[in-house]
Amino acid sequence: MDWVNALVQGILLGGLYALFACGLSLLFGVMRIVNLAHGDLAVLAAFLAYATATVTGVSALWATVVVVPVFAVLGYLVHRGLLERSLAAGPLATLLVTFGLSIVVQNLLLESFSADSRTLDVGSLVSASLRITDDISVSYLAVLTFLLAAGVLVGLQLFLSRTQLGRIVRATSDDPEAATLVGADSRHVYGIATALAFATVALAGLMFAMRSSFDPNIGPSRLIFAFEAVVIGGLGSLWGTFVGGIVLGLAQTVAAQIDPALTLLAGHLLFLAVLAFRPQGLLPARSM
Amino acid sequence: MTLLEVSDLEVRHGQLAAVNGLDLSVSDGVTLAVIGANGAGKSTLLRALAGVLRPSRGTIRFDGQDITAMPAHRRVAAGIALVPEGRRLFPSLTVEENLLVGTYRKRPGPWTIARVQELFPWMVERRRQVASQLSGGEQQAVAIGRALVSNPRLLLLDEVSLGLAPVIVRRIYEVLPEILDAGTTVLVVEQDVSQALRVADRVQCLLEGRSVLEGTPAELTPDQIEQAYFGLPPAVAGGTD
Repeated sequence: MDWVNALVQGILLGGLYALFACGLSLLFGVMRIVNLAHGDLAVLAAFLAYATATVTGVSALWATVVVVPVFAVLGYLVHRGLLERSLAAGPLATLLVTFGLSIVVQNLLLESFSADSRTLDVGSLVSASLRITDDISVSYLAVLTFLLAAGVLVGLQLFLSRTQLGRIVRATSDDPEAATLVGADSRHVYGIATALAFATVALAGLMFAMRSSFDPNIGPSRLIFAFEAVVIGGLGSLWGTFVGGIVLGLAQTVAAQIDPALTLLAGHLLFLAVLAFRPQGLLPARSM
Repeated sequence: MTLLEVSDLEVRHGQLAAVNGLDLSVSDGVTLAVIGANGAGKSTLLRALAGVLRPSRGTIRFDGQDITAMPAHRRVAAGIALVPEGRRLFPSLTVEENLLVGTYRKRPGPWTIARVQELFPWMVERRRQVASQLSGGEQQAVAIGRALVSNPRLLLLDEVSLGLAPVIVRRIYEVLPEILDAGTTVLVVEQDVSQALRVADRVQCLLEGRSVLEGTPAELTPDQIEQAYFGLPPAVAGGTD
């Protein structure tokens, strides 16, 4: 039964990784931007929720309702003010800009919040759990995270495939110049894609923060999980990212069942194995 | 009434002036064919009209309004649609999605997706097929449909015949009268001179970015067109030996 428990926990943990990775996947799929600040943005969202909860006294869950829309707006502005200019200068410039953004965010957080570890207090949600059998119980927070992840990915997929704006995003990703010929302003379209990516990374950052502590320097080590989920699943495919997140989560919890020291190593080894033997990922994209 | 008026237009590709001091005007409801050899500046002209390229000199007036500095994506709503050279469909989108995307900034008018599907009935049953799987002729038809559903006042067709079998080209040009009946003004760029002469009300021949000959297909002689097309002096083209 321990093994079944490990599988269940792995799938639930994978949901969090998928939620965290889908913003990275979206930016890469639509604009070919590799966002090195992705992990730090998640941490920034956590601190923003922490500050909101501390100052106003509302619960951290309610802070989420504020932080996610704020991040969407921030995403649009970051694209129009920063990424858009660097895109014209080529992929290397964009990579450097996101690297710079990562350093700026980390140091701003250090400066304003010090290097102390914090947690987002969500009351009983973090400890309450649902008992399925005598050996298997799942925490409400993990289930909530998984459902959120599934909801966000299905929502994004429906947005891209069923709405006019979503089709325009895919068209712009296919051929930006041809998209201007149907009347799409690529700067605005990319801005919207960035806004969506920022909103999802904020949500993921908050879910991370509710289950474990965070400090200003933890972003890059979180980022690697997102990278691994995206690469395992297949670059530029949202369903692939979902599968990649779950496979990564499973690898970590199953390995932890053997020996807790293997947890992270198993994820990294799986990632390397995918790169070596199936570099296109498990569910490669035809396109977004 | 003059719908499009281009004066003293210069468009540069680096050092090269691909369009060099060009004047051109198109009246409402008229089909103008711009012909010329490879590198005469035809595609560059259309891309400048659609706003993808910025002219370095001159003005473009559309419906009385100076649109020289208007960005490409706003010209669709103003009523200009380009069917670009090489089709440029969105390869990962289906036939239907390519047409739907064409309606993004549509103006009110007679063209709808249903009407395009009447023009090309095969698009109905293959609407879920991805555009990259279509043949060249089918892609060209979808590209024309994608431009039409925005209900342009001026439709720019760039090298529709390029890379297609003659029978396919003829079938695509067969729909042109219906497009004109809907009140659309058409500017076609063609390397295939006989095809251009068949469909056009007026013909303008470009040579090295300049207009060297203009008239109706009826008033121009094959010799005149040949001279203008290849830039030959009259004596040689006249065949004096």
